Amino acid sequence: MTTPAIASASTASNKSLWVAFAIMVAVFAIAPIWVYPVFLMKVMCFALFACAFNLLLGFGGLLSFGHAMFLGLAGYTSAHAAKVWGWNPELAVVFGTLSAAVLAYVAGSLAIRRQGIYFAMITLALAQMVFFFSLQAPFTGGEDGIQAVPRGQLFGFIDLASNTNMYIFVLAIFLAGFLFIWRVVHSPFGQILKAIREHQDRATSLGYDTDRFKLLAFVISGALAGTAGAVKALVFQLASLTDVHWSMSGEVVLMTLVGGMGTLFGPVAGAAVIVSMQNYLAELGAWVTIVQGVIFVICVLAFRRGIVGEIANWLKKPL
Amino acid sequence: MEIFGIPSQALFGQLLIGLINGSFYALLSLGLAVIFGLLNIINFTHGAQYMLGAFVAYLGLTKFGINYWLALLLTPLLVGATGVLIERTMLKQLYKLDHLYGLLLTFGLALIIQGLFRNEFGSSGMPYPVPEVFQGGFNLGFMFLPKYRAWVIVASLVVCLATWYVIERTKLGAYLRAATENPALVQAFGINVPRMITLTYGFGVALAALAGVMAAPIYQVNPTMGADLIIVVFAVVVIGGMGSIMGAIVTGFGLGLIEGLTKVFYPEASATVIFVIMAIVLLLKPAGLFGTQK
Amino acid sequence: MKRKLLSIAAAAACALGGAAQAQVTDGVVKIGVMNDMSGLYADISGPGALVAARMAVEDFQKTSKAGLKMEVVGADHQNKPDIGSNIARTWFDVDKVDVIVDVPTSSVALAVNQIVREKNKVFLNSGAATSDLTGKACSPNTVHWTYDTWMLANGTGTAIAKTGGNTWFFLTADYAFGHALERDTEAAVVKAGGRTVGKVRTPFPSQDFSSFLLQAQASKAKIIALANAGGDTINSIKQASEFGITKGGQNLAGMLMFINDVHALGLNTAQGLIFTESFYWDLNDQTRAWSRRFAAAHGGKMPSMVQAGVYSSVLHYLKAVEASKTDTGTKVVEQMKALPTDDPLFGKGSIRADGRKIHPVYLVEVKKPSESKGPWDYHKVRATIPANEAFRPLDAGECPLVKK
Repeated sequence: MTTPAIASASTASNKSLWVAFAIMVAVFAIAPIWVYPVFLMKVMCFALFACAFNLLLGFGGLLSFGHAMFLGLAGYTSAHAAKVWGWNPELAVVFGTLSAAVLAYVAGSLAIRRQGIYFAMITLALAQMVFFFSLQAPFTGGEDGIQAVPRGQLFGFIDLASNTNMYIFVLAIFLAGFLFIWRVVHSPFGQILKAIREHQDRATSLGYDTDRFKLLAFVISGALAGTAGAVKALVFQLASLTDVHWSMSGEVVLMTLVGGMGTLFGPVAGAAVIVSMQNYLAELGAWVTIVQGVIFVICVLAFRRGIVGEIANWLKKPL
Repeated sequence: MEIFGIPSQALFGQLLIGLINGSFYALLSLGLAVIFGLLNIINFTHGAQYMLGAFVAYLGLTKFGINYWLALLLTPLLVGATGVLIERTMLKQLYKLDHLYGLLLTFGLALIIQGLFRNEFGSSGMPYPVPEVFQGGFNLGFMFLPKYRAWVIVASLVVCLATWYVIERTKLGAYLRAATENPALVQAFGINVPRMITLTYGFGVALAALAGVMAAPIYQVNPTMGADLIIVVFAVVVIGGMGSIMGAIVTGFGLGLIEGLTKVFYPEASATVIFVIMAIVLLLKPAGLFGTQK
Repeated sequence: MKRKLLSIAAAAACALGGAAQAQVTDGVVKIGVMNDMSGLYADISGPGALVAARMAVEDFQKTSKAGLKMEVVGADHQNKPDIGSNIARTWFDVDKVDVIVDVPTSSVALAVNQIVREKNKVFLNSGAATSDLTGKACSPNTVHWTYDTWMLANGTGTAIAKTGGNTWFFLTADYAFGHALERDTEAAVVKAGGRTVGKVRTPFPSQDFSSFLLQAQASKAKIIALANAGGDTINSIKQASEFGITKGGQNLAGMLMFINDVHALGLNTAQGLIFTESFYWDLNDQTRAWSRRFAAAHGGKMPSMVQAGVYSSVLHYLKAVEASKTDTGTKVVEQMKALPTDDPLFGKGSIRADGRKIHPVYLVEVKKPSESKGPWDYHKVRATIPANEAFRPLDAGECPLVKK
């Protein structure tokens, strides 16, 4: 997938990235004073989800139309671990992440065999299978989902039922995930991934096993999406079918597109925009779908760089 | 007589139902295969255009008294025209970009169309009466087959085979296929390639709308009727081979049959079986059953 | 001196009057009507429930002396538990809502039930069917008003099984409500001497039931029970007549039907269907008068039992708030259980320890087109089941609140 070549790997131009990072941390640290913290936690979960997705799409050039399967499955497994097995929240999140990673390995092995549109279609179909599995399997609770998930005691003594403690926990995980993705993108692995995106055959001729790299990227992306899902299940104390439905896969594509593919901060901005829009337009019911569709169309036709992409283009600095 | 524990009568009944569902899969995947095979566009709007077809027929009947037969003719033309509009104004700009942008655009359009109709008509369905000549049914002994559903099987078979014939066996079809392989060369021969592409997209959309009109008397005419169906149809097209017309037709009917059988033996899996088959086919023959590696 | 005394007296009077309201959180009783505003259940509850809630507030203000300030807000949960619980949380944390009303769709109701209990608010459920709300999931903050799966199963199931419909085939919508309905109906049928000859789970929601209806036909069961609701029920009934099932001698039992479904189907298709409901607009003068008022505010559409339940539950709640001088969750619900109910819509009834509201229930049959005098004149009452028999016995529900 060709994207405007803005992201650069040289450490010299990292200053703009650090400034943006500082601003992002400041916003999320201070905002809970005025904005409903549960809403902000939702934004952070989706931002992590979108960042994980962007790793695959923006930097790897692979459009997955089934990423909801990682968000949702990890939500279910971590909810199950927290509620039925009584695990501490940090263990439940780890468990959710691992189960998403396993699913990503299996799904990725199947999907990587094809490219472009076929890849997207395969991920979509695999996600549908996960959806129907979630509908039927007894442990997921079908339509009810897994309800009354206890937030538990972090490390055994920090009570996450308090919104403040939970917020700090979510913020920490979000920043950790974000920094990890940043590191991956600016590592040799990230470089090769970008090379594969730009011209796969050339990368193969240079001796790289492109399939292995793509699979690894897929697994990392899926695992981090799983982290987002696991945390989200604890924040809302509910794991439901909405998180494995294909419309959720569509939403993460939208967030990344709106925010700016191939930029580090784009997905965060995109998630903030879309989640806010859903929140404030909720009373209007079906209008949310219409507005999302319009945004999709406008972004594809006229706004391909996305919000952060446009800012980065204007500043002539990578973001 | 029992086959695997199910009386043969019930089995044949289920197979017939499966064939009816397969007719819709075939019609819809035909439209998708035409659009993808010839234009390399994934038309995610297909499901919404199917729904549009049903709604136009419904509105035509309730507001203008246009009967079923007229609707069968007019609706595909009308909705096909909207397809032409979409292609001319929006899709055209994306041809030079990665194909995935086309997918995203049509996805967005699908959301818009579906949202607008959901806003206007709510989620519960609108009733559409079965045309009088098809009311009642045949008592086949092993089941009672409503006449209308028999008509659906026959009509879709005819449309599918006619389309296949035109594309694979006529000169017009040959031009179309050549134009997708090498548009510049075909244009140099004096054939208006952009117009052909536009009309082809319109034709694929018209096929979807036709399926919608035919579905109206059976399923409820409701704004979400295309949403979940479209993903199943994608799976059908992938299994059949993304560019293969015959593949789409055969797979559509075939998968309808398999789904019907699954509903008898293991109904909980009836929704997943198509995706499982897709995964298996992709492992063994990545280009699809009838497709050629591009 | 006199002036000082007077002003002290005035201040004291204000304080007293103020004290009655000071207990009410934020000075306003905020009522949140949450349901499906645009989807499958929009006609059964939807915006009509908002109308009903507002009517209850108006009627309460006419007769009350407490001077309470009340506000009604609405939200669409789109039948999804995550959206429903999000709305509930935001309503309680940010918008200071005191009571949530209606909530059809069992999965959402269960999720909201949980949150209401955590935050110690009040939940007046009118729309959901799951009898677990007064069973395993019962809570001191919840009142389950209009109906539940046990009532439906017992009313319809027993009545039909006793009158010759003794072999049953279930078409069950594959989600919490469908399963609960199937379980309760099967128990009632078996108790009345019938038996189940087959079951099939249909994906929820579905549009095409032809395959499942064929299986029902092949089973040769006398009664095909539709353990589903809304669009699923309408579709299955229409397709059943398309496939000649009713002509072939089998009868359909709609386990959960509302007058709106009959309206959508038309009397031609729906005639002869038997089902149970707890309110019908044409029962008596009082219900007629209220329903006409409702229809005038709701586009001429007659109320369903869910919408009637919203009116009654809100009215009773407000009376309890006035009597207990507080709107804190468990205290109001206790008061609601202490006061017997007598309203124009459901007659005399009461709320039990497990939160179940009991009232008489009616077995109705859909009229033939020739018997109906006009739109909405659809039902004839075949039997009335008294309040103490219509609902699951108090000790049979596994509710921890019920002392054994």
